[in-house]
Amino acid sequence: MATVAEARSKGGWRDTFEQRRFLAPLLISPAVLYIVLLVGAPLVLAVYLSMTDATAGSLSGDFIGAHNYVDVWHSENFRRALRNTIFFTVVSQAIVLVGASVLAHQLVRPFRGRWFLRFLVVLPWAAPVALGTIGWLWIFESTLSVANWSLVHLQTGVLGHLGLHLVDPLDPPQWLGRPNLAMASLIMVHTWRILPFATVIFIAGLASIPAEVDDAARVDGATGLRKLWYVTFPLQLPIALVALLFGIVFTATDITVVYILTNGGPFNQTQMLPMWAFQTGIRSGSLGEGAAISLYLLPILVVVSIVMLWFARRAEVT
Amino acid sequence: MSPRGRSSLISWLIVGPFAIILAFPFYWMLMTSLKTNGDLYDVNHNPFVFNAAQAAPNEHQPFKDASWLPLGTENLTTHNYSFLFHEPGIHYVRWLENTALVGGIVVLITLLLALPAGYALARLSGRWGQSAGVGIFLVYLVPPTLLFLPLSRVVAELGLQDRLASLILVYPSFTVPFSTWLLMGFFKTIPAELEDAALVDGASRLKALTRIVFPISLPGILTVVIFSFSLCVNEFIYAVTFISTSDARTVSTGVPLELIRGDVYFWQSLMAATLIPSIPLALLYNVFLDRFIAGFTGGAFR
Repeated sequence: MATVAEARSKGGWRDTFEQRRFLAPLLISPAVLYIVLLVGAPLVLAVYLSMTDATAGSLSGDFIGAHNYVDVWHSENFRRALRNTIFFTVVSQAIVLVGASVLAHQLVRPFRGRWFLRFLVVLPWAAPVALGTIGWLWIFESTLSVANWSLVHLQTGVLGHLGLHLVDPLDPPQWLGRPNLAMASLIMVHTWRILPFATVIFIAGLASIPAEVDDAARVDGATGLRKLWYVTFPLQLPIALVALLFGIVFTATDITVVYILTNGGPFNQTQMLPMWAFQTGIRSGSLGEGAAISLYLLPILVVVSIVMLWFARRAEVT
Repeated sequence: MSPRGRSSLISWLIVGPFAIILAFPFYWMLMTSLKTNGDLYDVNHNPFVFNAAQAAPNEHQPFKDASWLPLGTENLTTHNYSFLFHEPGIHYVRWLENTALVGGIVVLITLLLALPAGYALARLSGRWGQSAGVGIFLVYLVPPTLLFLPLSRVVAELGLQDRLASLILVYPSFTVPFSTWLLMGFFKTIPAELEDAALVDGASRLKALTRIVFPISLPGILTVVIFSFSLCVNEFIYAVTFISTSDARTVSTGVPLELIRGDVYFWQSLMAATLIPSIPLALLYNVFLDRFIAGFTGGAFR
């Protein structure tokens, strides 16, 4: 391809334009410029804001150094939000990894009705997250919850006869009204949301394993569990890592599910970092403090990015 | 049973329970959206069927005489859907229009920026292209959570509050990195010899692009269109932060913020409102899912 370009470059602006070293930057720079202006610059602005006492009303605040970071760190709500964010992310992603790997192994092979099943499985990710979460708000409603109705009727019908009494029919669980249950609900809804995404990424990973590998494994006598452990699993590891990294970022930085389901309540018990940053920065108008809270998420992203980069480089070498 | 039939059955047994749980909220939206007030708010009713109840005069029941239908279908009402579209003061149609407008323009901007960038990264750049590609992709991981506070300031300075222009300006910041990455993957799967042949025949690169490369990658480009559009419909926090007037909202913020007023929930209409955009979007999404998978793995993560 290079020789073609060189052969044709006999002068004139048109030919100069065609040369790779001009053309490539020319084609890439508009996209890069947009990203620098709307992601890079705001990120720098966020760091700047976090070191000022800017509020929503005033145009610019005074520089106060790391004051916001220290202040925020000592607030009980922040500590709780940080703990919750970590807990929520770790638990939901653990469930997602197991579920996605089971689902992807089935859905990667063609079988009768696969398209239909895959449609149902992917629904939570394909539908707008805010709208899907409203569905859960209704499922967890305090008096008309279908979850509670089913639990109560399952108990009177089957479980009760086995001596299992999980719910009190007269005082059914308040899914979004009790701290522990609200946290469990948030984890459940987020798992519900990320599982289809992770499944899709896993399918992509499995589908990219060449058929020759399968054949070679068969020739070498690797079948069933042995094949899964020694062949499929190592080959699937990179893509599982990608799915996990994405899942961590999407979960730790999510605000939609918390916003709609609990709004951080009851009494800030399910507060998460993004939600708390919104509460502080927008609702209370302490822009600087809010920016500091959200920037506490940055270390997670940096670690994730480094792993990604390391991983991309390794993929390039092999 | 044939071996093939058996393996189908196993797949259904494993995937089936997952599918039921994952799709249940949508089934439940459908059921709820068709219920009359008298049926829904009676705690003694079985919520899995439509129960007979005194219907309000405006609760139109199209299957009233069809008592042979299962699940008590004769008791369902379509009122909650017409409520969304005809009730004065409900801006639902406006939200749908806003969403389509924002999504449409953002997709155009995205293609304008991501098509050349994706192509250049796949073809023209050598070793640094790979790194630049991964770099652009990493930008996609910078979450709105970090950016909504400074961007709210920027939007205010530009005087774009409560205007859809604020969303149109900001949304490409996540659709462009995502689309550039996908397009890079698609372009890599197209043999370079095709364009080289055109170039040797004396076509300019631009011509080779518009006449050969883009037509072949049309399925990939359509995939990017669908997925970028879907990202725009999904976006929540920017739309909440930048816009506070009801008639400028998108569907993702309008439904949760305007149809829930304090403690008053119009559950049936709320469920109808969530279901209407979800189903067509999910169908489109599934049609293009295989292409998405091909594009995703066509990139660096092999």
